[in-house]
Amino acid sequence: MNLILIALIVLGVIGAIGALVLHVVAKKFYVYEDPRVGQVEEVLPGANCGGCGFPGCHGMADACVKASSLDGLMCPVGGADVMAKVAGILGMEAGAADPKLAVVRCNGDTCARPKRAVYDGAKSCAVANATFAGETGCVFGCIGLGDCVEACQFDAIHINEERGLPEVDADKCVACGACVKACPKLVIELRKKGRVVQGNARRVWVECINKDKGGVAMKNCKNACIGCGKCQKVCKFDAITIENNLSYIDPEKCKACGMCVNECPTHAIHCTFTPPAPKPKPAPAEKAAEKAAVATTKVAEAKEAVKEAVAAKVEEVKANVVEAQKAVAAKVDEVKPKVEAKVEEVVSDLKEKASAVVSDIKEKVDEVKTSKKD
Amino acid sequence: MNMKTFKLGGVHPAANKLSDKAPVEVAAVPAEVAIPMAQNLGAPSKPCVQKGDKVKVGTVIGEPGGFLSSFVHSSVSGTVTKVDNVHDATGKNVPAVFIKVEGDEWEESIDRSTELKKDISLDKQQIIDKVKEMGIVGMGGATFPTQVKLTPPPAFKPEVVIINAVECEPYLTSDHSLMLAHAEEILVGVEILKKAMGVTKAIIGIEANKPDAIALMEEKAKGYPGTTIQPLKLKYPQGGEKQLINACIGKEVPSGGLPIATGALVQNVGTAFAVYEAVQKNKPLIERIVTVTGKSLAKPSNFLARVGTPIAALIEAAGGLPEDTGKVISGGPMMGKAMPAVDSYMVKGCSGILIMPNEEARRKEASPCIRCAKCVNACPMGLSPYILSKYSQKGMLDKAEEERVYDCIECGSCSFSCPANRPLLDWIRQGKGKVMGILRARAAEAKAKADAAKAAAEAKSEAPAKA
Repeated sequence: MNLILIALIVLGVIGAIGALVLHVVAKKFYVYEDPRVGQVEEVLPGANCGGCGFPGCHGMADACVKASSLDGLMCPVGGADVMAKVAGILGMEAGAADPKLAVVRCNGDTCARPKRAVYDGAKSCAVANATFAGETGCVFGCIGLGDCVEACQFDAIHINEERGLPEVDADKCVACGACVKACPKLVIELRKKGRVVQGNARRVWVECINKDKGGVAMKNCKNACIGCGKCQKVCKFDAITIENNLSYIDPEKCKACGMCVNECPTHAIHCTFTPPAPKPKPAPAEKAAEKAAVATTKVAEAKEAVKEAVAAKVEEVKANVVEAQKAVAAKVDEVKPKVEAKVEEVVSDLKEKASAVVSDIKEKVDEVKTSKKD
Repeated sequence: MNMKTFKLGGVHPAANKLSDKAPVEVAAVPAEVAIPMAQNLGAPSKPCVQKGDKVKVGTVIGEPGGFLSSFVHSSVSGTVTKVDNVHDATGKNVPAVFIKVEGDEWEESIDRSTELKKDISLDKQQIIDKVKEMGIVGMGGATFPTQVKLTPPPAFKPEVVIINAVECEPYLTSDHSLMLAHAEEILVGVEILKKAMGVTKAIIGIEANKPDAIALMEEKAKGYPGTTIQPLKLKYPQGGEKQLINACIGKEVPSGGLPIATGALVQNVGTAFAVYEAVQKNKPLIERIVTVTGKSLAKPSNFLARVGTPIAALIEAAGGLPEDTGKVISGGPMMGKAMPAVDSYMVKGCSGILIMPNEEARRKEASPCIRCAKCVNACPMGLSPYILSKYSQKGMLDKAEEERVYDCIECGSCSFSCPANRPLLDWIRQGKGKVMGILRARAAEAKAKADAAKAAAEAKSEAPAKA
């Protein structure tokens, strides 16, 4: 009993001394931290992914509290909701930021981009990239050894073994940018998720970063952007630039109309929606038919023109004839009364003469009659 | 024979010197050459000719793109057809000047006679200028611009010139055949290097598997006082600069320091010959001896080939690419680089083309590290490769720095000795690159800080003077 008591007393005294030391140290070396940092950290997701650009969520919380405005501060994992909460705690306006996601800009799958060498070194894109240009002819595209998969803390990017390329799960991706940093070929880019229409975020991007000349790019990968500029011509919003034989769609300017998607001859432009139907592209045979049709219409036109000309001439001639006839008629009209008058004159003259002759004959007959009677 | 070697580590790969009896053969000048503009360590050269320009052998076609850069000369005469990208040995794009060959007209200033010219008329600075003008780079493979190496920081005092004729890479025989063909010229080249460095002593280190070269060089060296031949025991990587210094004069290059800190200036035997031709014959570096070899190859050879010759043409001249080729390596099997396609062109640093049959070329499946420490024993720099590779793989760069990853010479002895076939060097190289980047950034930051402090101090000292 005594032993237990002694033990309790000793432990109690040691505890008391320890508590005193801790208390003194805590007072003496107290570092003031804004209590709001803790509050902000609580609402942050706690993933410590570094996607915001700060070392972990505590760093982000610290930066938010110290900042005078939340512009430019964005937690890619929590998104606008979390930033609104942070703004609520700090009594500030949440900075507006479009949600983003990682986009893999290489479409050189195993069919489009045949391998010409086999790499059997350490399974890492960074190591392979430092060793040589790549297993395929394309020196720009994805290596496919999965450094991005390794870097992702959110299980949002996976290598599609069939295609040999990474694919991003848009629902899981929080745009922390870890894969962007991990990729030695700079294939991955953070782009705006895009305007949501009927539950579908619309975005358009060029899925290629090959800067080789068109012919070389095409030889090494069937899906490569060849920098032909067709997309640039069709874009109404001036969102597409062509530099170093490569097309780039500026996500800020792009309105996701999708006009460029079907215009691309190598199908290097991808989108998340059904793009508008392209102008029907005539096949060679159809082209010939079209040409023939054009020729026929031209011939028809020419015929028409000739016909018209002939008709016009005929018309003209006809008109001339009519005029002549009219002139004749006019002349006839002019002459007619004169003729008629003459005829009447002659007729009346003749009548007179005839009646004179008749009366003469009658007189003679009467004379004869009278003489006979006599 | 008094044979020496370096102290730490090393491995013994099979020598396989298949072409050591093959004499130097002059390779045919191709119909068209493509001369890459990135042929030296450091900044690539800038092309200074255009499509349609007529060039002769020795005409300058590329100018230095920076301090650590060199001139590039045309290796043929003809017309420039285009300046376009070509693939280098690793398949990466580099700009190159394409020249359609017409005849073989040389610049008049080049002395094409084969007569030996012993008297050195140029002085120290003129030699260094001439070396720069003639585009000489380190011929061992690292292609460090020679004029830069010949002007060490003034804090160091050179005492001896060491000529690297070790050729410890298996298969390669280009230096060997060069010594047999041009022993005297090399010795005059060494005299020029001695004069340029202001030293009287020179050591030519040759590994013992080249007894004919050792005998010939010893014989000829009698006429050149101060120059001695040092036979060396076979051990890879004896041709490493730090290992060769250790083997020849017993000194150790300090960790992170320059080799010149030991008082020794190392130059490759090929460089010594190129310096002879540049200084005595006014001939730029436009051709070199390249070994084309391999067990499956019909005719392993040593070619004197013009820079810009297609690699495929050289392989064709050595009997053509065999059916079962697994790898074509630019350089030797230990430090060379496997080429993803045989579509590149000869460069100044190309000492060999090695063709490996399929079964030999493949790496074996890696298994877990069993901590046997064979790599530790093999490392000539006294590092622990097994742990360095893990640190590099996991991105633990502070630990890798602590373990002196920056001292790695990338010789590959660790990967060669690993019984678990682990790609140790692959990872270490990665970590080394990153740590070197950190060190450089730190040095730049320290320099900026020191400059700022200096400026502040100056401003302070000026202020009272004004008052």
